[in-house]
Amino acid sequence: MKLVTAIIKPFKLDEVREALSAIGVQGITVTEVKGFGRQKGHTELYRGAEYVVDFLPKVKIEAAIKSEMLDSVIEAIEKSANTGKIGDGKIFVFELEQVYRIRTGETGADAL
Amino acid sequence: MKRLLTLLALFGALTVVAAPAIAQDKPAAQAPAAAAPAAAPATATAAPAPTPNKGDTAWMLTSTALVLLMSVPALALFYGGMVRSKNMLSMLMQVFVTFSLIVVLWCIYGYSLAFTEGNALFGGFDRLFLKGTFDAMKGEFAMGATFSKATPMYELVFVAFQATFAAITCCLILGAVAERMKFSAVLIFMVLWFTFAYAPIAHMVWFWMGPDAYMDPKLVDGINAKAGLLWQWGALDFAGGTVVHINAGVAGLVGAYLLGKRIGYGKEAMSPHNLTMTMAGAALLWFGWFGFNAGSALEANGSAALAFMNTFLATACAVLTWMFAEWMFKGKPSMLGAASGAVAGLVAITPAAGNVGIPGAFAIGLIVGPLCLWGVNGIKKLLGADDALDVFGVHAVGGIFGALMTGIFNSQSLGGPGLVTDWVTAKVGSNPILDQLWIQAQAVGVTVIWTAVVAFIAFKIADIVVGLRVTEESEREGLDITEHGESAYHM
Repeated sequence: MKLVTAIIKPFKLDEVREALSAIGVQGITVTEVKGFGRQKGHTELYRGAEYVVDFLPKVKIEAAIKSEMLDSVIEAIEKSANTGKIGDGKIFVFELEQVYRIRTGETGADAL
Repeated sequence: MKRLLTLLALFGALTVVAAPAIAQDKPAAQAPAAAAPAAAPATATAAPAPTPNKGDTAWMLTSTALVLLMSVPALALFYGGMVRSKNMLSMLMQVFVTFSLIVVLWCIYGYSLAFTEGNALFGGFDRLFLKGTFDAMKGEFAMGATFSKATPMYELVFVAFQATFAAITCCLILGAVAERMKFSAVLIFMVLWFTFAYAPIAHMVWFWMGPDAYMDPKLVDGINAKAGLLWQWGALDFAGGTVVHINAGVAGLVGAYLLGKRIGYGKEAMSPHNLTMTMAGAALLWFGWFGFNAGSALEANGSAALAFMNTFLATACAVLTWMFAEWMFKGKPSMLGAASGAVAGLVAITPAAGNVGIPGAFAIGLIVGPLCLWGVNGIKKLLGADDALDVFGVHAVGGIFGALMTGIFNSQSLGGPGLVTDWVTAKVGSNPILDQLWIQAQAVGVTVIWTAVVAFIAFKIADIVVGLRVTEESEREGLDITEHGESAYHM
């Protein structure tokens, strides 16, 4: 099993969710986050005061999947979250040791 | 213990002020200036005393409520939106409580000190606790003067209307000292500054014996001599350029210097936490300002109409010119800029409202936008104080500009209404423009110096008694929790 974490542009969230549902991903977790990468921040000006905003708003999605789905999941995210402009985000892949479904007590791939 | 000390200090300050008042209270109270018309019928045999016009009364009561709206909620929201979310409630509280505090002081001694006969600087103590404004036994109301002969108004209406002016002026100062001043120090400062700066300046600029006192050319000099100093000089201030905006703006700057800069000023981002509220506040200020300016005519008449229209026009002009100047020099037309432009326009038109014509409103509104934009940038950097919400840059700069322009555009040759040159015949004329401009400049000078000195002393006293500033830890955590034990937002 794998845990896929992707940082994407916030307005791409719906497209990514649709693409993941289409290939059979059962659920994802979404978090609003801030961060910086290669994309530069912007400046905000309030009367005389100028502030550089380094951290840009992004969305982090997490999906726990079966190992054999990994390639299709990555392809789906890459395609749906891509704008071709700097700041499209990154995908991180982790080994997933164990999963439990709280309600039934199922474990492993059955719990995904 | 600390809390008790604060309360004692506040009470002490009150007593110090009230003590001489009681001592000087004469049994046979002199008729206050405003009551002049009421005194006249005692000698006259025929003609019953004129009664207040119901339309005027209704308009003035409405105006009074409009000025309350300008402070709570308008000013509180305008300022509150500009601070960080951790200081939101402290801003709202300071405005709300300062307003209430000043209204109470106004009814105890402030009104008397500002609007009864005394000397050229201070009024007297005939109206302590509003004594004599209403005779319960006879059911009679005392009369105050307007700007027209034989047109009295209920003195209580005037008291209430002016109470809101005193209160909002004190509230304006709070923007300069935002996000770091102790709440107890705010209260102590307000008592002192209101007593020794607001009341005397209001007396100097606005106290006179009323038009009905001028019955005979022989009496004119004597009656003039009873008016406030700046009134005697002939200074024009329709709704409070000197009394309200310069007064508060300069006091705020003094406070910003004495308090020092906020922690992280110039390094950390201190962006406004909710410009939606700031916009709503600015819009409500504009709305309420019709009462402030047009109400200052004291009657529902042509002068009020002129003040109303000028308040509309100059403000709209200033919104546009601030915005375009910002767009040109800073790159983007911002919401905060448009809201600030509105307030700058309102400030500048305040002394001019019923004292200039439409050309004056255009000129004042168009120029004050970029001028105050410079006030919150160039001048602010030059001064080097952390005037947190730009009280000086907008209110003092805009107020001084408006006060001076009033001297120019009052002239009938520039479309202004002119001024009454002879109160016996109520004859209207114009002063030579440079003469009036010089009078205005002197009035500005007196106000700036007076309020700066009083503010300095008042802040120092508050500092000695309770300390001006919260601890560094409290400042970092935010005044909402450390001073008031609440949070504005739970998310």
